[in-house]
Amino acid sequence: MHGLINRSIQNYVCDTFGNDVWGQVTGSADLAIIDFEAMMSYDDDVTTRLVDAVSLVMGRPIHELLEDLGTYLVSTPKLEGVRRLLRFGGVTFEEFLLSLDDLPDRARLAVSDLDLPELEIDERGNGCFELLCRGSVSGFGYVFVGMLRVIADDYGALVLLDHETGKNGVEKIFITLVDKDFAQGRQFDLGARLG
Amino acid sequence: MTSLAQAGMLDVLCPMHVLVEKDGTISHAGPTIQKICKTGALVGEAFFDRFAVKRPKGIVTMDDLRRKAGSRLHLALEDDPGSDLKAVLVPHDHRTGSMVINLSFGISILDGVRDYALSNADFAATDLAIEMLYLIEAKSAAMDASRRLNLRLQGAKIAAEEQAFTDTLTGLKNRRAMDHVLARLVGNQANFAVMQIDLDFFKAVNDSLGHAAGDHVLQAVAQIMVEETRNADTVARVGGDEFTLILPDVATEQMLLAIGDRVIERLKKPILFQGQACKVSASIGTVWILENHTMDAKDILSDADVALYQSKKAGRSRQTLFRRNGARV
Repeated sequence: MHGLINRSIQNYVCDTFGNDVWGQVTGSADLAIIDFEAMMSYDDDVTTRLVDAVSLVMGRPIHELLEDLGTYLVSTPKLEGVRRLLRFGGVTFEEFLLSLDDLPDRARLAVSDLDLPELEIDERGNGCFELLCRGSVSGFGYVFVGMLRVIADDYGALVLLDHETGKNGVEKIFITLVDKDFAQGRQFDLGARLG
Repeated sequence: MTSLAQAGMLDVLCPMHVLVEKDGTISHAGPTIQKICKTGALVGEAFFDRFAVKRPKGIVTMDDLRRKAGSRLHLALEDDPGSDLKAVLVPHDHRTGSMVINLSFGISILDGVRDYALSNADFAATDLAIEMLYLIEAKSAAMDASRRLNLRLQGAKIAAEEQAFTDTLTGLKNRRAMDHVLARLVGNQANFAVMQIDLDFFKAVNDSLGHAAGDHVLQAVAQIMVEETRNADTVARVGGDEFTLILPDVATEQMLLAIGDRVIERLKKPILFQGQACKVSASIGTVWILENHTMDAKDILSDADVALYQSKKAGRSRQTLFRRNGARV
C-alpha cells in the first residue's frame, strides 16, 4: 500500500486522538515503523494491521473510524489540497459524482504508483447514484462515505448515503441527492493558488 | 458558409470531431479521429457501429444521444473496446438534424499518443494536449528523482540503525553489541558470566500506567544495572523488558551471586513515575563459563535461559545459577 495512505492514517490518528494514541497503535500493531513516509511503499498488510490496531486502541468499530478518516481527509485545514483536487471533478455535486470514475486515473497522473480502488459510478435516475468500489483493502468504501459527506456539504448539496459490502467484497455506496441547492456551499476558485 | 468550408474549419479547430446525420450515419470525420480508427473510413458508416457510449449507461440510439447534448460523454472505439474517450455533442443543423460530436483523450492522453503514434500536428494548435504531455513527462522525471532520493535516505537510515550499538531508550548496549562482546569472549575461550534478566510485571505497568511510565521504568532499571556492575561489564537491553549482562573475569561464585542479589534487591523497591509507584522485580538466570571452554554463544545463552526459566517458575524475584546437572542455587 502506498505510503500516502498509511501516512494519512497516521496524520488522522495524531491530529484526532494525539501522539500518545499513535504510539499505542504502532505498538499494538507490532510495527517497527513509527513514522510513515508519504512517498514510500509498504506491504498491504501494514495498512490492515494499522486499521485494526486503531480500532482496538480506541475501542471503536473499524467502519466508523474509516468513515471518520474520510471526513478528516477532506475537512482538515491542513489538507486543503485534497478538497481542492476533488472539487476539480465538477461544477455541481452531480457532475462531481459522475467524475468519480476518473479519480483513480487522476490520482495516478499525480503519483504514478498510487493505486486507489477502482470506482464506478452509476446514475439511477431521480437523483439516485450507486458507487461501486473495488480495492485491494476492504473498507475503502467507508472512507469514501466520509469524504462524500463533506464534499456534498462543500457543494451545498443535501445527500443521504448508505454503504453495503457485497459477497464478492465489492463495496457499494448508495447516494441519494435530496436537494442539490440545500445550502450556499463553499466557494471554489479553479485558479486559486495554495499557500 | 458551404458545408465543405465548415468541415475544413472544424478539421483545424477540432481534429477529433465527427459530423453525424440525423439517421446516425457519419458524414464527415476530422483527420485525427480518422487516424485513430484504423479499421477503415468512418464516413458512410453508422456512428454506433464504430463507437460505443460507455457512460452515461443505456445510450444506444441517436435519440438517446441527442438528449445528452452539451454534457460529457465517455466513448470507446468499437475497434478498441478498452479505449476511453471523452466527448461532447452539439446540434449542427436544425433543418437536417445533423450533429457534431467532438472527442478527446481526456485523462488517457498518454496511452492515446503512444497507442496511435500521434504527433503535435494531430492536435489543434490551441489544444493543451501537448502541454499536458510535457507536464506528465517532466513531473514523472522529477518524481522519480525524488523517489530515488527517498529510497537512498531510507537505506542509509536503516544501515545506520543496523550499525548502531546503542539502545536509544536506555542508552545501554543493544542486542547487536551484546552479540559482538559475547562472540569475542567465546572466541578467546575466556572466563566470563552471562546473566539473563527479565523484568517481572513490566507489562502490567505498561498496560495500567501507559507507555510513558513503562519507558521511565526501563530507564530507571538500566541506571540501577549500570550502578551495580563494574566498568568492564556489558549491560545490554536485548528485548522489550529483557536485559543481558556480560561479566568478564569472574573470580568467585560469591561475587557473581552478590551482583545478582543487589540488582534484585534494588528492583524490589517501587520506581516512582509522576507520583505513581511502578512495581516491578527481576528474575535472573546466570551461567558462569570457565577458561578454556569449548561452548558456543548459542548454547551459553540457551543455558542462561534455562536458569532464568527456573527463577521465574520458582516464584520470580530470584536468581538461578545454571549447573550442568541442573541444580539450583
